[in-house]
Amino acid sequence: MSEMTTKERMQIDRIQMPEQDPQVRSHNFLEVNYGLTKEMAVEEANRCIRCKKPLCVAGCPVAVKIPEFIIAIADEDFALAAKILKEDNALPAVCGRVCPQEEQCEKVCILEKKGRSVAVGNLERFAADWERENIGIQNIKVGTPTGKKIAIIGGGPAGLSCAGDLVQFGHEVTIFEALHGLGGVLMYGIPEFRLPKEIVQAEIKSLQNAGVEFVTNYIIGLTETIDELRERFDAIFVAVGAGLPYFLNIPGENFNGIYSSNEYLTRVNLMKAYDPEHYDTPMYDIKDKTVVVFGGGNTAMDAVRTALRLGAKRAVISYRRTEKEMPARVEEIHHAKEEGVEFMLLTAPLEFLGNDEGRLTGLRLQRMELGEPDDSGRRKPVPIEGAIDTIDIDVAVIAIGNGSNPIISRATPELNVNKWGNILVDEASMRTNMVGVFAGGDIVTGGATVILAMGAGRTAAKSIEDFLQSGIW
Amino acid sequence: MYKILEAKFIGPDIKLFRIEAPQIAKKRLAGQFVILRVNETGERIPITIADSNVQEGSITIIVQGIGKTTKMLNALETGDSILDVAGPLGKASEIENFGTAVVIGGGVGTAIAFPTAKALKDAGNKVISIIGGRTKEFVILENELRECSDEVYPTTDDGSYGFHGFVTQKLEELIKSGEKIDFVLAIGPIAMMKAVADLTRGYNIKTVVSLNPIMVDGTGMCGGCRVSVGGKTFFACVDGPEFDAHLVDFDTLMKRNANYAIQEADSVIKHNCKLEGMGI
Repeated sequence: MSEMTTKERMQIDRIQMPEQDPQVRSHNFLEVNYGLTKEMAVEEANRCIRCKKPLCVAGCPVAVKIPEFIIAIADEDFALAAKILKEDNALPAVCGRVCPQEEQCEKVCILEKKGRSVAVGNLERFAADWERENIGIQNIKVGTPTGKKIAIIGGGPAGLSCAGDLVQFGHEVTIFEALHGLGGVLMYGIPEFRLPKEIVQAEIKSLQNAGVEFVTNYIIGLTETIDELRERFDAIFVAVGAGLPYFLNIPGENFNGIYSSNEYLTRVNLMKAYDPEHYDTPMYDIKDKTVVVFGGGNTAMDAVRTALRLGAKRAVISYRRTEKEMPARVEEIHHAKEEGVEFMLLTAPLEFLGNDEGRLTGLRLQRMELGEPDDSGRRKPVPIEGAIDTIDIDVAVIAIGNGSNPIISRATPELNVNKWGNILVDEASMRTNMVGVFAGGDIVTGGATVILAMGAGRTAAKSIEDFLQSGIW
Repeated sequence: MYKILEAKFIGPDIKLFRIEAPQIAKKRLAGQFVILRVNETGERIPITIADSNVQEGSITIIVQGIGKTTKMLNALETGDSILDVAGPLGKASEIENFGTAVVIGGGVGTAIAFPTAKALKDAGNKVISIIGGRTKEFVILENELRECSDEVYPTTDDGSYGFHGFVTQKLEELIKSGEKIDFVLAIGPIAMMKAVADLTRGYNIKTVVSLNPIMVDGTGMCGGCRVSVGGKTFFACVDGPEFDAHLVDFDTLMKRNANYAIQEADSVIKHNCKLEGMGI
């Protein structure tokens, strides 16, 4: 094909991601987005105007060489595209699905100012899926063995991305995971319909093929301490995630039928409670029930859309502010609405009501309105006096974030944490106050996104490499 | 996979397992538990570690077959394996020399109380153990407890063995006999722990119970095991499992533990039918 002009490239419309029909998908756990076809991907890749100074790379927390892999797709060399991706991203098929590209690479894409950015996320997903489905995930290039051993605590996005870089540097990496399965939030948190578990496991398997060792059922702080690990490893990366759910702290919160989003999603995703014929983990029967999810983030959207798929009659989001303030991705809110999720905006829960058996039956809530902007610049919701409603509900899911898990900090008093229990690090180097111990991801920042955790993992990997090379702390 | 070095019944549907888990054996302290999963489709359940052997690299658990998972466990034999065993979880028992400590175990709760009784003895306490069961067969670990107790009183509801009556009645008898009791540990059915707490509250005796709420991960991540203690919510997995008995809201615990009663009954029926070859 002769070279296209910039003008020609800019005349191509952004390719729409094909999706399952909302009415159908709201009753199944199959993936919502089908992915681009080869033809679609090539056409979308041709939209990239190949900036001399691309802004997208700087917009990516793991600095994927975006223009290079997009050009490879345009050239129909999909294997090369996947290879380029994996040099910077250990989990491209995952990130292509769950990254908030509209806030990152796509936000800074020059075309965004003239209409719609190049669909970087959809192309990333295409390249990773193409490789896995057509030639199998190719091994990443492992560095010359250095003999250095690194322990990573936590098999979630931060730990996996750190491991991906460290094996490329030639180090021996062992990941210790508390649960029986690897992937962290990718396995227990994000639902099948948004991120198929088979794909997560395939990408994790590729790290195993590259020599990363995985030890499951191993809780650092209890099964073994950081001090003990220091005796047998040259460096340690703590990436345990947040992992201590916040509750609303309102009366009645211990009635049966009230879950943290962590518990509710873990039961459904990791333990597969949606398939009671084959799996033993029980779940309260949600069929024809009213489910209210509190929160406005991606986890809240995952929980409420899961409720629909479990057969809920009404699946409702209760959020204190308006849709504009919701932290969830626009795409997730859009998908939830299409599927029939109700949005009960400007409402704050006051009390849960229950029956004599201790089961949830209702909710008292306060109607709110937006007042003056608060410190965060968002208009602060304030109660409308006297506007209190009582509604019948059967299940409540609390998705308002996580505090920091206490297991490691309790077992490691020497490790500096802030008053919320988040591990204190030097931001540039991810170094903690303990020699050889690095930390990153949600345990440092508080609950954030998969890709930010992965970015932290990469920064830590580079910093660990510097430390191992120099020996200087 | 975690190999079962020994499996033997020590009571009706009550089975003792010695499991190869060297790292857990090395680290565990009295009062801690493991989360295990029998197979790929299984649920995660918490079980207290009854004992350990560091040289052998093994831990001992004692399981009563009540739900589907515990029944599946109890069908396993020496040489079989358990897919996942994670631990040791929870805080260890707070052990000090209180003076005279009464350790009360009800049914399979005796297995949970046993390691703490040992630790209390090692700390210099006079240890009096009261171990109850519905009938003689449900009184377990009597010999083991005799080795670490100054006195052991078996009790049975039907009088088929030892003291005829509830553990609380035996405890009250001891108190009234003038025995100066400084500390009580009570582990067993919720109703029993509640009754012990109600009794010792009147005598102002420090009392600790080990709670067994429903759990998923056992590491603080899910919050399913929340219990109300002194009007505040705690996670039994990371804040417990032992709490001040006089502050525990037992009624809420009892209701929360019945959360999946319907599903559990259903899965036990299906499980039993499968065992009997009805192919459901």
